[in-house]
Formats: sequence, structure tokens, C-alpha cells
Amino acid sequence: MSPSSPANRPNPGSARGGDWPKVRLHVVSGKGGTGKTTVAAALALALASGGRRVLLMEVEGRQGIAQLFDTPPLPYEERLVAVAPDGGEVFALAVDPEAALLEYLEMFYNMRRAGSALRKLGAIDFATTIAPGVRDVLLTGKAIEAVKRGERAGKPAYDAIVMDAPPTGRIARFLNVSSEVAGLAKVGPIKSQSDSVMAVIRSPRTAVHLVTLLEEMPVQETLDGIQELHESRLPVGAVIVNMMRGPRLTPDGVAAALDGTLDFDEVKAGVEAARLPRKLNTTTVSKVLMAEAAEHAQRIELERIERERLDTTDQPIYELPEMSGGIDLGALYAMSRMLRDQGAV
Amino acid sequence: MPEPQMLPALPEGTPVLDIDALIDDPGVRVIVCCGSGGVGKTTTAASLGIRAAERGRKVCVMTIDPARRLAQSMGLTELDNTPRAVNDVDTSNGGSLDAMMLDMKRTFDEIVEAQSDPERAQQILDNPFYQALSSSFAGTQEYMAMEKLGQLRAAAEATDTWNLIIVDTPPSRSALDFLDAPKRLGSFLDGRLMKLLSAPARGAGRFGAKVMSAGMSMVTGTLTKLIGAQVLKDLQTFVASFDALFGGFRQRAEATYAQLQAPDTRFLVVAAPERDALREASYFVERLAGENMPLAGLILNRVQEVPLPQLTAETAVAAADRLDEANEHPLTAGMLRLHADRVQNGQRQRRLAQRFSAAHPHVPAAAAPALAGDVHDLDGLREVAAALATQA
Repeated sequence: MSPSSPANRPNPGSARGGDWPKVRLHVVSGKGGTGKTTVAAALALALASGGRRVLLMEVEGRQGIAQLFDTPPLPYEERLVAVAPDGGEVFALAVDPEAALLEYLEMFYNMRRAGSALRKLGAIDFATTIAPGVRDVLLTGKAIEAVKRGERAGKPAYDAIVMDAPPTGRIARFLNVSSEVAGLAKVGPIKSQSDSVMAVIRSPRTAVHLVTLLEEMPVQETLDGIQELHESRLPVGAVIVNMMRGPRLTPDGVAAALDGTLDFDEVKAGVEAARLPRKLNTTTVSKVLMAEAAEHAQRIELERIERERLDTTDQPIYELPEMSGGIDLGALYAMSRMLRDQGAV
Repeated sequence: MPEPQMLPALPEGTPVLDIDALIDDPGVRVIVCCGSGGVGKTTTAASLGIRAAERGRKVCVMTIDPARRLAQSMGLTELDNTPRAVNDVDTSNGGSLDAMMLDMKRTFDEIVEAQSDPERAQQILDNPFYQALSSSFAGTQEYMAMEKLGQLRAAAEATDTWNLIIVDTPPSRSALDFLDAPKRLGSFLDGRLMKLLSAPARGAGRFGAKVMSAGMSMVTGTLTKLIGAQVLKDLQTFVASFDALFGGFRQRAEATYAQLQAPDTRFLVVAAPERDALREASYFVERLAGENMPLAGLILNRVQEVPLPQLTAETAVAAADRLDEANEHPLTAGMLRLHADRVQNGQRQRRLAQRFSAAHPHVPAAAAPALAGDVHDLDGLREVAAALATQA
């Protein structure tokens, strides 16, 4: 199903509040394993709240969005995957570079037939896999097309586009399409296409958000990524810290657990007062709880150190907790609420 | 008082992956660690490397993208594509440990340089298409990892420097990229388009134009329209020189791929107990079986340990609630909630692992517990390897 006329939406395409009022294209990147697809989906839901329409797109052919929303694999077609609180809609699209290229050839050159001949020869494969930058121009180009769609008529098809983008290590090169194709095309359609894509990506209408965990490698990659984006003059958005451990102990408790000064008798008195089932030995329980608290404190301390490293950047930082029940639709809604509460939208 | 019991890390009935038997087996000379990004492949490769070395193997570990501090601890301060000895490894059993970081562009450049005269090599290295291919083509890193493995294997056989090579695979989102990249790169470079593009530049001259069929001229016409005549010429020059250099790139890629089927090679699929990582692991297990590549087993990294599972999450939360209501023992209440989180998370992970093992009941597995801190020194690596090995 494609998005219909946006008649019942409040101010189509209008800016939202929050930290990114002007942004229409939210690019979400992050190191592998940090939950970037999940965060992109939660951000899309957050942006859709209040009756807005958002397109969530993926570009790596992994069908991560379909798996997340528990729907069949997405075709190259915009489909409704979730309804946001108070009536917003999230559409999803898995961009396939081949299909995007054929669409592009048809749209601009009316060359559908040439397209199939090119495919037979392996030229499509060439263009979408090895020709420097062409694949990325096609993928980012599709996002920009969605941003601009309907704009001229004053009725943008989507209020925001959220892209589940390649990982942090590749993101600057992925978005910096102009310089990527520079070696390939100095004039001609690819060059002008990449220039028009670049104009939107470099503008305040785009923000690149980086998802991280509070662990050494993801934080380092995030810091490197921010620097690289700055150097490429790409607009850096927020840092989103995912899967944070909930602070279950007071700061004093964490400090005591960390330096091994937790009072066993005090813990045990608590365990006794908690009236656990009788089959549980209170000494054993107390010992286990103390050991767990010590490990937790170590992890919290590590997170604190990594968090301090992140604080050296000027970007807004949002925090999302570890979802101990795993990620389902309910968890996505909860995460989208937390992003809203922290000013992401 | 008896030790508190632990929730088992792996589902009941999972065959045990005997790590020491694997790394001690003189018939095993290559171990490939694969899996999706962020699951701890590098840590696994490095920890198996140090354990194997300290048990007497002469080991070379090739890593792709190690964490900075882990790299430093192994003496990998620069990305120079050459294996170097790792210090502070116990060599009393006659083993040794070398480690290297892969530099994919350099590996590619070296192939070019090794196979042609300096002038021609430079021509290729300067071509924009070569530069794109060698630095950004999705799959080059995977392919170069395989090339490098081939080189290390040849060096090991020639000089007896190593008798076990452990490789980490590139941090691709999809574990399967690693298997597909060599073929894709090979079939592309050796494909019809490349042949077509290289035809005019091969010096067919006036004849070339005549024999070009209508279909072909339409294609070159389209390409010219899309990318411009100069670019097409660059491309043709690149293809021609590259073609001459490699003869059949496809053959080379196939040979590279075939070395993964060698009888002395074993695959370890690495996963974290998370949905996506286990799904990738599942695909990989099926794919390896389909390609006749020997799977040693699954390494399940960062499994949450759950001591005292008899204190269930529900009981712990209810007890914490009682303490909070009575407004006493906030420390113990916090700790009880902490335990509840841990039990819940641990059970979720075990459900996911259960699903994997139901689908692949014959795949042996070994688990490593989630550690409170990052692994960034040799002792940390030893600890991980010991945890993996003690399950046998």
C-alpha cells in the first residue's frame, strides 16, 4: 500500500519541535551489534506520533525492518508497517539498488528496454556493485526522492524519512556521494544526480545520528565517525546510547560494590526481611546478590568512563535502556516514547 | 554450604564443542571464525590463538579490525599486513603466536605489484576504477582476507613457520558476504561486460567497430550517455590492463574459494545470544553444509551467567517490592531487582539459543560468559579461551 493523499494530517511536512525541527532526513548509523535498526524504527515511530507520516527505509538488503516488525520481507515498495500513538503512520521500504537503477533509467531516460539488455550483460550488476559511488548515489538518491516527493505541490508525501544506514565505519563515505563519484564522472547525469543528492544531505534538512553502546569499541567508532562526518562537512545529529544498564543501585551502593565494601550483614538482614520462599538459603542468596552487585558495579563504572568520553562531543545524547524482555513492538513503542521525552522529536 | 547452582549456558542436549581437541588436532591447520558484526569474532580468534600457542601450536592469527587496546596488547600497533610475534606468550610447550591486521588495499596492491612490471603496476594503481575496486567495493575486504589466508597458508607450508592459522572475517553485516564476495568479484571481473568493454582497447581497431553487434553498441551508447566518453575510456583501459594482469580472475577467485574446502580447514560460527546474530549463524551453518565446508561448531559469546536460578525473577521482584513498601533495606531491594533483570535477560538468551539448537541439533557448541569488562589484554583472552574450553 502506498501513502494516500495526506488530507487528514496536521500541517503536512511541517517542522516538529524537539532538537531537530528542520530535519526531514534522519540517517541512523552505528557499529554492528549496537541495535541501529531497532533505534531507527523507534525514531520513526517517535517522529510519526501525533498523526504524522514517516518512511523508514533500509539500504543494505538485510530485511531487518521486516524482521523487527514481524512482517513478510519487504518488496521494493512502500508499505505500512506500524501505526504510531495518536494516529501516525510508519511506512517501510527496502531499497534495492538494482530496482532503483532501473526506476531511475526509466524515469529520466525512458530506457526500460535498455535496462533489461544492460542487466543481461552484467552492466546493472556493474553499476550497482563496483562503479565507484553509483550504488550509494542510487540509495541516497531514493531517500532524497522521498524527501522531495510532493513538496512542490505543498503536500510532501512524508513528514520525515528515517534511513537505517550502513555502519559507522562506512557512513561518511556512503553519504559523501559527490566526492565518491568524482573519480568517475566530472560531468553528465550521474554527476548532476549526485550533486542534487548532496545538496540535501549537506543541508540542515539532514541529520546523521550515531547509535552506540557504552563499550570501548562502539564509543571509539562513534567518536571517529563524528570527526569523519565533520571533516566531510556532513551534518552530525545525536548520539544515541543504546542498551544502557538500568541503575538498580544507589550511587553509594555502586561505589561500595565496586571497592568491595558492601556490608554482608546488612544485605543479609535485607534478604531475611524480604521473606523469600523458605527453600532459599538466605546466606547463599546474600552471597550471590553481592557477587552480582559487584559485577554490575564494574559494568556501570565502565559505562561511566565511556559515557565521559562521549561527553567530549557537542552532540545531544539520548539514552535508551537495555530491554530485558527483548525487542518486540511494545519495546519499540516504549523506546520511541523515551526518545520523545528526551527531546529527539 | 554447597555452591549456588548456575543456569546452564547452553540448551540441554547440545553436543559439546571440544575446543582443546580442535586446536590440538595437527590435522587442523586453518580455523576460520565467521559470524555477523559485533559478536566477538576478533576476540574469539585471538583467544583461541593464544590458547593454541600455549598448548604448543605455532599459530598465526589474522585479525581484520581489532579494538584498539586489544590490538595494542597483541603488539599490533600498525596495520602493516605482516605477521609479527606476540610477546608474553608462554612458549614452554614449543608453540608460538604471531598476529597481523589485514590491510585490504595493500593486499590488493601487492597482488598487482607482484604480477606485473612496475610501470604497468603503477598504471593500474593510479586508475580511478582500480582505486574504487580496491578500497570500497563491497566484498573486496572479504576477498582480500581470503587472498591473505592463501598467502599465509603458502608461507606456512613453505617455511614451517606456522602449523595453525586462525582467521577473523570482516565485520560485514551479513556473515554470508564472506562466502559470496570472492565469487561475486570473480564473476564480475571475468564477466561479459568486462569482455565487451575490453574488446576495443585490445587493439581490434577498425575491425572492433565492425564486429560489435547492435546490442553491444546500444549498451556502450547507453553507458556513454550515463557516464560520459572519458569515463568509459578510463574503464576500458582499466579492464584491459586488469584482464591482462589476471588472465581469468574468476579462476583465481574459484581457487581462493576452494581453499576453504580443504580438509585441514574448520569453520567456527560465532554468535551472540541475540536474535539477529543467531539468525545469521543459522544461515551460515546451512550454507557451510551446502558447500561442503567443515563446520567445527558454534561459539556462543557473551552469555549472561545466571547464578541461583531458583530465585526467580518474579520472586525477586516481589521481595524487592515488599522491602520498598516497608521502606527498609533499599540496598538489598536494589540487588534483588538486579538479580531479576539478570534472570530475565539470561532466560531470554537461552530461549534464543534453544531455538537455534532445535533447528541445528547436531551442531556442537561452546559458550563464553558475558564479562563485566571489555577484553583488552592477553589475560582476558586466556580467560575467554579457558571458559570456552572447560565445557568439554
